[in-house]
Parts: sequence; C-alpha cells; structure tokens
Amino acid sequence: MPLKFIVRAGAGVALLSHGLLTLTLWTLSATAAEGRSMPDATAGADSAAAKGHAIAARSDRSDRGFGDSEVELQMILRNRAGDEATRALRITTLEVPDETVGDKSLVVFDEPRDIAGTAFLSHAKILEADDQWLYLPSLRRVKRISSANKSGPFLGSEFAFEDFTAQELEKFDYRFVRTEPCGDLVCDVIELTPRYEHSGYTRLLAWIDQTDHQYRRIEFFDRGGEALKTLEIDAYRQYEGGIWRGHRQTMTNHKNGKTSIFVYGDYAFGVGLTDDDFVKSVLRRTR
Amino acid sequence: MRHRIATLILAATAVTPSSALWAGEGLTLDVAGDVGLELRAFVDSPAPSTVGFERQPETWQGSIHMAPEVVIDHANGRDRFVVEPFARLDSDDSERTHVDLREATWQRVGDDWDLVVGLDVVFWGVTESRHLVNVINQIDAVEDLDEEDFLGQPMIAFGLQRSWGYLRAFVLPGFRERTFPGIEGRLRASPPVDVDAARFTRSRGNDALDAALRYSHVIGDWDLGAHLFVGTSREPRFEQSSDGEHLVPVYERMEQIGLDVQNTTGAWLTKLEAIVRSTDSDDFAAAVAGVEYTLFGLVGAADLGLLAEFLRDGRDPARAPATAFDRDLFAGARLTLNDVADTNVLLGGFVDLDSGSTSLRFEGDRRIGDAWRAEVTAQVFLDVDARDALAAFENDAFAQLSLTWSF
Repeated sequence: MPLKFIVRAGAGVALLSHGLLTLTLWTLSATAAEGRSMPDATAGADSAAAKGHAIAARSDRSDRGFGDSEVELQMILRNRAGDEATRALRITTLEVPDETVGDKSLVVFDEPRDIAGTAFLSHAKILEADDQWLYLPSLRRVKRISSANKSGPFLGSEFAFEDFTAQELEKFDYRFVRTEPCGDLVCDVIELTPRYEHSGYTRLLAWIDQTDHQYRRIEFFDRGGEALKTLEIDAYRQYEGGIWRGHRQTMTNHKNGKTSIFVYGDYAFGVGLTDDDFVKSVLRRTR
Repeated sequence: MRHRIATLILAATAVTPSSALWAGEGLTLDVAGDVGLELRAFVDSPAPSTVGFERQPETWQGSIHMAPEVVIDHANGRDRFVVEPFARLDSDDSERTHVDLREATWQRVGDDWDLVVGLDVVFWGVTESRHLVNVINQIDAVEDLDEEDFLGQPMIAFGLQRSWGYLRAFVLPGFRERTFPGIEGRLRASPPVDVDAARFTRSRGNDALDAALRYSHVIGDWDLGAHLFVGTSREPRFEQSSDGEHLVPVYERMEQIGLDVQNTTGAWLTKLEAIVRSTDSDDFAAAVAGVEYTLFGLVGAADLGLLAEFLRDGRDPARAPATAFDRDLFAGARLTLNDVADTNVLLGGFVDLDSGSTSLRFEGDRRIGDAWRAEVTAQVFLDVDARDALAAFENDAFAQLSLTWSF
C-alpha cells in the first residue's frame, strides 16, 4: 500500500506547487522580439500599443544570448506579523534559441533541510503548458506533474508561477502609458494585458527605465481589477556580454500583507550546459 | 559507528547546511540526513488467534531511526561517492531493529552516459497505489505497510542518454531478502515469517546474478517506460514450517517484462503500469491503471488532488506469492495547503472488489520551525475477509506520530 509517495509528492508539489516554474524571471526573459512585425502605428491607440510593445521588446532584447546560467537564490517569506521563513535553492537555466519554445531550467532545493535535494525540471513553452518533472529524493522518484495552474503560489511565496514566465513577450498585449522619474532614472510606464485567459491578472503596470531598459517595478491587478501585488526589482548588475540581472526582487501582496524577497547570488554564465543536462534522467543525480 | 555519525552531525550543523562541509583539491564533502522518533499506538489488543500474540506489544510501539548521508564530489560532480546508512532501533521488535546501507555508490557522469557502481535504490513507475514495475530493490517491509521503503541493492548500472531515449542496463550481484516483522512485532503474518529459513529455487541461492534493462523516453505529453528483468523475484511466496510455528519465504526465479505510461494533460494525469511475469510456479499478468486530477486553488492557495486507480492481478494465490491487490479499487484525496510549513493531508483507501475487504489510511504532515517535521499516520482495516491478504492485520489498526529532525 504505497501511500507515502502521495504525501511526499504533496510536500514537493506544495513547494513547487503544481505548475510550472519556468524561471524565466522578469529580468530573464528570452523570447523575443526581433523579426516580429510591430502592431500598426496609425491611430492613437495603435501608436500607444506600438510604443508599449517596442519598449517591452527593447528590454527583452537586452537579455538575449546569455546561453546558460547558474545562480543560488535565497527566498525570504515574511508574513504580516513579521515572522520570517527562508528557503535556499539553486537554479540552472539553458537558453533555448528557438523563440517559439521557452527555456529549460533545473531547480534544486537546499533548505529547508527536510526537502533538501528535491529537484524540479521544467521545459517551458510559450503557448502551451510547460513540461515539468519533480524529483523526490526520499523516494528516489521522478514524477511528471501538471503545469495547469499558472496563477498558483510559487514555493509558498507571494510570487505566482506566471510571474516567472510573464515576461515572455508574446504573452501580453502592450500599451504605453506615460514617462516619469523612477528613483534616479527616468522610466517608461507601460500596461500589460495577459493574452491567456487563465491568468490571475487583468492587467499589469510596469516601469522600465530608459537607460538600461530593465524592469524596475511591476504592479499586478487581480481579476476584480484591484491592486493585488507590487514587485520591486533592484540591485541590478551588468555581466559580461551586457546581460543585466536584478539581484533582489521584493513582492508585496497588498491583500494579505505578506512579502516575499528573492535574493540572488552571483550569476555564472556560459558554464557549458547542454540539452543533456536538462533531461529527466539527470534528476536522479541532482543533489 | 554511532560515535562517528554523531561527530558528523555535529560537524554538519556547525556550518551553513547548504554549503559544502569541506572543499579543496577539486573535492567537496557534504553531510546531510535526518534523525527521527516514532510512536505507534494500536487500537486493539493482538488477536488471540495470532501465533505468538502474547509476545506482541499490547498498545505502544516506539522507535528511533537515523539516516545520515555523506556525499563527496570530485571535479564538479563528474565523480561522486555517496554513503547513506539507515538504522532503526525498535522498542519491541528485534527484527525491526535493523541497519542497512541504502546507498553506497561511486558514480561517474559522462556527456551522455552515466555509471553507478555499488548499493543503490532505483525507482521505476508512475502509479500511486502499487508499484508493479518497480522490481530492482527489495522492500524493507519492517519499516511500514506502505511498501515505500527499500533496501540498497548491489549493482553495476550503465545508462545511455540518446535522442531516442534513455537506456539503462543493470547487473545485480547479490540478492537482498525481504525484511519481515518478528514474533514481537505487530502488523505481521501469523505465524510470523522466519527470515533465517528462506529458501531459493535457483541453485546459487542468494548469490545468483540478476540482470535488468530499462528504457524510458518522453514524447510530448507522454512519459514512457519499459523494462525486462531476469533473476530472482523480490516477492517471496510462503510455506508453513514443519512445526507450523513459522512461515518460510521461498524466492523463485522470475522473468518479467513491464510497461509504465503516464499522460499529462492539463490538470489530469493518466497512468498505467502493467507486467507479465513468469516464475517457477506460476505465469501471470498484472496491471494498475488510474487517474490523478488536481483542483488547483480550491480554497485560497490550497489544492486538492483526487486519485483513483484500479488494480488487477491474475496470479494463482495457491501457487504464487499472495497479494492483497487481486481485484481492488484505490481512491484517495490529497489536500496541499501550499503554506510555509508545506502542510499536506492525505486520505486513501483500498477496497477489494470481490470480498469487500477495506483498508483506509490517513497521513498528514507539516514542518515545524526550520528543521523539524511532524507526521501523523493512521490505518484501519474494515470488513476484512478471512481469505484476504489483509486478514492478518485485522486487529492492528494503529495511529502513529513521528517527529523528524533534518540536518
């Protein structure tokens, strides 16, 4: 009566929650824009759409060609009362040059210790459900899991799964809103409308700076149109090859008062990963 | 041994757990693992019809266990050495007090191949209620009724990753006999199994060599697996000892082919495991097929997973090892809260479609603080038919609390 797996899988899936995890973070998108035809820029609404799209595409292009990367991530989950829990994980990502396919990523957990070694492999797709596998070290079992729920919580945090893939250009319609100062920089504010019907959001407002073309702040509006969450991205650094990464992402949920802070270590790019490092059989030997 | 483990635990906790304990010369050393306490309470007294019932615990059974793990990586994981012993000390059952090496391996990883030499645990399969195709490792049956704990199997395993799939060949020297609760244990057969009296139908007994081949591949929404196994069955049949005081496990030669398939579409997982097995005393087929459906975000962030599986086993109970899964239905529900403590609750049950014999199991677990985990398990047996394989457990309904500390 092997029931235990179900619970163990539950633990893993709770962590990773059902769905996906493409780990193409806001600052880490890779689909893109080049070669795509722009929306017609004739009428005023169309020109706002074209300008919004161009700003998002410019930001997206600044991330292309990173090849592969490795990074350690510390997650700090803080509730309204100020209680904190931390999680530590490692993420390796392989950029897939084909723009109609998303990136491949592997996440391995180090903390909390009871789930250490739990690993998660994801092959992201742009228009269909991602392919995802979970590895449970206590059972040495690899399980293909459903990626149907993109608006569910990522690792018990205030990030949703879709927050990690959202930046894929083709998932949104865009509209330029205004230009305004943001800190020491000047930002273009654009509105993003999710194209897929099961998104947890009706729209997003994003602040992209005009100097480095990076996302600095994103506001999320829920299905009722109310302000749900705010994401602030800072501690940006530029790596060799011109790739930018924001090393701190702070997501504040206005409804429940909880905050999730993702703190990234140094990224390593060009570590020589290939497709063979992102197949199901490698999960067995991740630690 | 115990002292060394304690030293390692102290050393491990002295540094940030996620970082290597020690690194140099291209080598890194990591120590991890867990230590736990477990307390079982049985609802009923042992059945007086059970052979040796007076030696079984009346109500309480406690134990402690530990499973430290030492990993040494060389050249960024190209070579890896892993040692993972397991030990349990039980308050009553001397058979449940045992040590094992779950893993003791050297692993070499190439560009598109990998090699494992040593004792290891391998899991195959997709279904939840029964693991029909998972035949490499022996079940450590003193651990739990759920057949989810395995003994390390000596092996040389070579894997090849190609565009057409992953192929893995196993040579398995040295047979591991199944563990069984002793006469002082609950949740056992009556009369108890005498593991020292085990018999083998192959002439070289537990020194005979086994071999297996496994192919697996992913095609779109389909995860496919197939295997071939030639060797000694991990599942024994039983004979009465001449004095009638014990059951004698008999391990037969077996050849088996099997298939496991999962389709993942939206919130639905559809699964099948099927085998055809030939042994000295019986040839039969068996299968498990079912679905898993998840209701995401049922209440807030919580998800509810629903499971249903049908189990069929065509073996002849008079000749082949007994099974409780001849024609059974399994149904289960798992609630995952998606909270910081990773709280999970599961309720699952089997019903024998012929006799109506039913077994229900509850499992709930959550993290406490950063390093502790509490788990509650309870299992009951209802309307058990005297001929069902569960009949021996009729008085053994229990609840169990375990606390585990991970490092």
